[in-house]
Amino acid sequence: METRAFQRIYTKIGQITKATCTVQATGVGYEELAMVAGKAAQVVKIIEDQVTLQVFTGTEGIPTNAEVVFMGKPPTLKVGEGLAGRFFNAYGQPIDDGPEPEGDEQEIGGPSVNPVKREQPSELITTGIAGIDLNNTLVTGQKIPFFADPDQPFNQVMAMVAMRAKADKIILGGIGLTNDDYLYFKNVFENAGALHRIISFVNTTEDPPVERLLVPDMALTAAEYFAVEKNEKVLVLLTDMTLYADALSIVSNRMDQIPSKDSMPGSLYSDLAKLYEKAVQFEAGGSITIIAVTTLSGGDITHAIPDNTGYITEGQLFLRRDTEIGKVIVDPFRSLSRLKQLVIGKKTRADHPQVMNAAVRLYADAANARTKLENGFDLTDYDERALEFAKAYSERLLAIDVNIGPEKMLDVAWELFAKYFSQAEVGMKQELMDKYWPDKED
Amino acid sequence: MKDTAQYTKGKVNGIIANLVIVKVDGPVAQNEICFIRHAGTPLMAEVIKVIGDKAYVQVFESTRGLQPGMEVAFAGHMLEATLGPGILSKNYDGLMHDLDTMSGTFLQRGEYTPSFDMDKKWSFTPLAKAGDKVMAGSWLGEVKENNIPHKIMAPFKLEGQHTLKSVAEAGEYAVKDTIAVLTDSRGEDIPVTMAQKWPVKKAVKAYQNKPRPFKLLETGVRTIDTLNPIVEGGTGFIPGPFGSGKTVMQQAISKQAEADIVIVAACGERANEVVDLFTEFPELDDPWTGRKLMERTTIIANTSNMPVAAREASVYTAMAIAEYYRSMGLKVLLLADSTSRWAQALREMSNRMEELPGPDAFPMDLPAIISNFYSRAGIVYLNNGQTGSITFIGTVSPAGGNLKEPVTESTKKVARCFYALSQQRADSKRYPAIDPIESYSKYLEYPELQKALNEQIASDWIGQVERLKNILLRGKEAAEQINILGDDGVSIDTHLTFWRSEVVDEIILQQDAFDPVDARTPMQRQKYMAEKVLSVTDTNLSFSSYEEVNPYFKRVISTLKQMNYSEFESGQFKQYEEELAQILEERKTA
Ligand SMILES: Nc1ncnc2c1ncn2[C@@H]1O[C@H](COP(=O)(O)OP(=O)(O)O)[C@@H](O)[C@H]1O
Ligand SMILES: [Mg+2]
Repeated sequence: METRAFQRIYTKIGQITKATCTVQATGVGYEELAMVAGKAAQVVKIIEDQVTLQVFTGTEGIPTNAEVVFMGKPPTLKVGEGLAGRFFNAYGQPIDDGPEPEGDEQEIGGPSVNPVKREQPSELITTGIAGIDLNNTLVTGQKIPFFADPDQPFNQVMAMVAMRAKADKIILGGIGLTNDDYLYFKNVFENAGALHRIISFVNTTEDPPVERLLVPDMALTAAEYFAVEKNEKVLVLLTDMTLYADALSIVSNRMDQIPSKDSMPGSLYSDLAKLYEKAVQFEAGGSITIIAVTTLSGGDITHAIPDNTGYITEGQLFLRRDTEIGKVIVDPFRSLSRLKQLVIGKKTRADHPQVMNAAVRLYADAANARTKLENGFDLTDYDERALEFAKAYSERLLAIDVNIGPEKMLDVAWELFAKYFSQAEVGMKQELMDKYWPDKED
Repeated sequence: MKDTAQYTKGKVNGIIANLVIVKVDGPVAQNEICFIRHAGTPLMAEVIKVIGDKAYVQVFESTRGLQPGMEVAFAGHMLEATLGPGILSKNYDGLMHDLDTMSGTFLQRGEYTPSFDMDKKWSFTPLAKAGDKVMAGSWLGEVKENNIPHKIMAPFKLEGQHTLKSVAEAGEYAVKDTIAVLTDSRGEDIPVTMAQKWPVKKAVKAYQNKPRPFKLLETGVRTIDTLNPIVEGGTGFIPGPFGSGKTVMQQAISKQAEADIVIVAACGERANEVVDLFTEFPELDDPWTGRKLMERTTIIANTSNMPVAAREASVYTAMAIAEYYRSMGLKVLLLADSTSRWAQALREMSNRMEELPGPDAFPMDLPAIISNFYSRAGIVYLNNGQTGSITFIGTVSPAGGNLKEPVTESTKKVARCFYALSQQRADSKRYPAIDPIESYSKYLEYPELQKALNEQIASDWIGQVERLKNILLRGKEAAEQINILGDDGVSIDTHLTFWRSEVVDEIILQQDAFDPVDARTPMQRQKYMAEKVLSVTDTNLSFSSYEEVNPYFKRVISTLKQMNYSEFESGQFKQYEEELAQILEERKTA
């Protein structure tokens, strides 16, 4: 971002906070990009000739007579085929020693798709993980986060899902990614021979937090190019969106805005929705699917960040360590894919919806039995069977290391039903039980 | 019409997100609309505060690139909806611009498409004659809009009595054609076309009075109709944490309810959810008329990624359209998902204006705003004695699922039906997750409704509903006892009490919104199943140990469920009914 002749330069900075500074200037547009003493910044407030800038790298060392150069445009990304296989920082600058990208210069955070121009998502994404494909089926054009505690292997599961989903492009938005995780992703992509269809925008824990605000918009701008212009199926991975929200709160607090719940800005819902709603299925076949990570603190989903996220996304996937089997599973109770209705029993076998519900119901019975046990009560025969079922169900279907096709998942579920329960206990539509209930003799 | 040159002009003075401060050169009114000129495109905004010569306006668009000094032109009126034939089946944004006639894949700032086609011709039949005395909302004529009798009315803005000077003969007329001329008290002529404008934040008052609601509005959702019914002209709200089933519930109601007109305001929620409506409504049948659902429906979509100020406007736009159709003597159902997003939009603006915040940083006057809005619903006697109604149901999305928050609490004070969705029920997939004990319908206490229900459904209907509720309540107590004392620490009767409530829960409350048969239960069938369930819970059964109770009731429930999944009174339905009788026979005692 070198300075050019026509750019306007100002030097009267009246106010400096940790993340913002205010300069006297005219002719400046809202959301315009600027350089303050060589640091990238963006206009967040204008009152007459007082322009407040959010300085992405923080304001350390900025003097009151610093040179402020306005760029005459909001942050942009040059989009083109050449983005494929490349690694960029939050500003869209290469960090892989490759050349500057070529292509059309697009403003990031652009307008929304007209809802009538969207297509109803209907294309199944299979991951081989039954906790997802069976219970929480994903669809292209969906947006869904993993809700996970920081010590859970969410990035690993996400990388696995990304590799198995049949996406034309995978765009990684690394938001405060640890260097180790960054290298892990790079490694997985490389080993899978998938580098040519990956694009990464990465801000690591070593980079300034406010910079993170640019990462999702960069990733999604690139995604829109491939989905709209090339009709490609694009999968966007955003990890960790909790750090994105934290960065939002840093800026709004510095601007003296009245915080809402959990010191988050009152606009958190709109801010997050603007990103997640970029997930879309287009008529021409292109799509943007967003899989994100929202880390929780102590599993608390009532905190403003997961809470607002849950209200926006099309479900959430919970990871949990199942102590019975000693493995990480996709929790069937708290996880939800809201778009599964669009495909299950339609793009998958007809018994899918009922098998899914019955299994979860029986798993809930097992949870009740376990509570009884913990409270020192005797178990009934049914309770015992439910517990055994739950263990087998966890082991053979919910564990994230399971990798089988959708039909096989249903078959395994039927096998477990018949092994532990009677038809009345499973309680599905009779015609399905007549068709799929395995013969005991087999 | 005043020339626009007469109106106040101004210049942009400051920009904070979508709040713009405008320095004005003349008078401006609170809520007046203005247009900010950005690169040749006027962007619509609304005045929300005035201090001296500074007007604070919320812009209904992204403010990216706006600069101090840009020109602003005030419009001399508040935010208005254009009302006339052609509104049905349309998909609008929050400001009532037709989404289908917009040009690109992406929404473009300042692309304001007309609400409907002013040149479209309609077959008009006069309903009034020259010399008639008319006032605001009087029916002058009628056109058929998707087979619905759409009344062409004297403008809502009229004050006092007027005389109808002339009215067009039956024939084809364009919306913009003059179809009648009125004369006011000073003898001045007022031409009337089929379209009129109305400021959406003002209630249309073109009616005689608003009685208490007295008629059931059937939704086909058992837990509503049977246990806590909503009524024509009633108000209700559905609070619940995310994923508990608010949207599925509202969509079910929008598809199945016994309404002439359905207005759906998708307010700050997911775009894919309105895409569901766009995709399904043109295909699905209206169960009441057999015509396509979309024919009776108008969708106002301000999804969460659309400009936040237009979100607030969207619910008012929807209400104004509802009032327009109510004035034609129609039964209008208005649904808003979610009213919390509208409250949040108010909060964002109030924050930006640095107003003194109320609880949870919402504006102080939030309760008044909510109550004002809900009060616009209701059944009315029009000036010609006919009735029309707006039934309003809004969802509420409480932060953290905690109902002790300002939007839920303010809404609870004004909405008469409370459908509380429970996280626990949703987690165990007991859909719809309406908590049967927390929820209520105040209308059920109205003697006039009780009488109507007993006449319409069954002579002792109210008594049956009470019994079902009682069973649920006692079942809950029994479940608590079993949890504390253990299965063998309570009597067999306690187990029976619990399982009887499970029968009511599984068969009446739970309903699969995605099953073609189960999704909608007409009132006759609800009555049949309520009676069936009560006959089961009334049966005296004998067990020798508590361990027999669970497997036995699982069979009972499973068989009743099969009935729910079968076509009503079909061979299959009767077969399961027969099976149930046999199961009951096994353990029946005198
Ligand atoms: N009546 C129902 N029958 C079956 N599934 C339901 C029902 N209600 C809700 N669900 C399930 O719950 C999910 C979330 O429901 P939704 O209405 O979108 O929740 P909310 O609007 O409260 O966030 C749906 O996608 C669906 O899987
Ligand atoms: Mg919803």
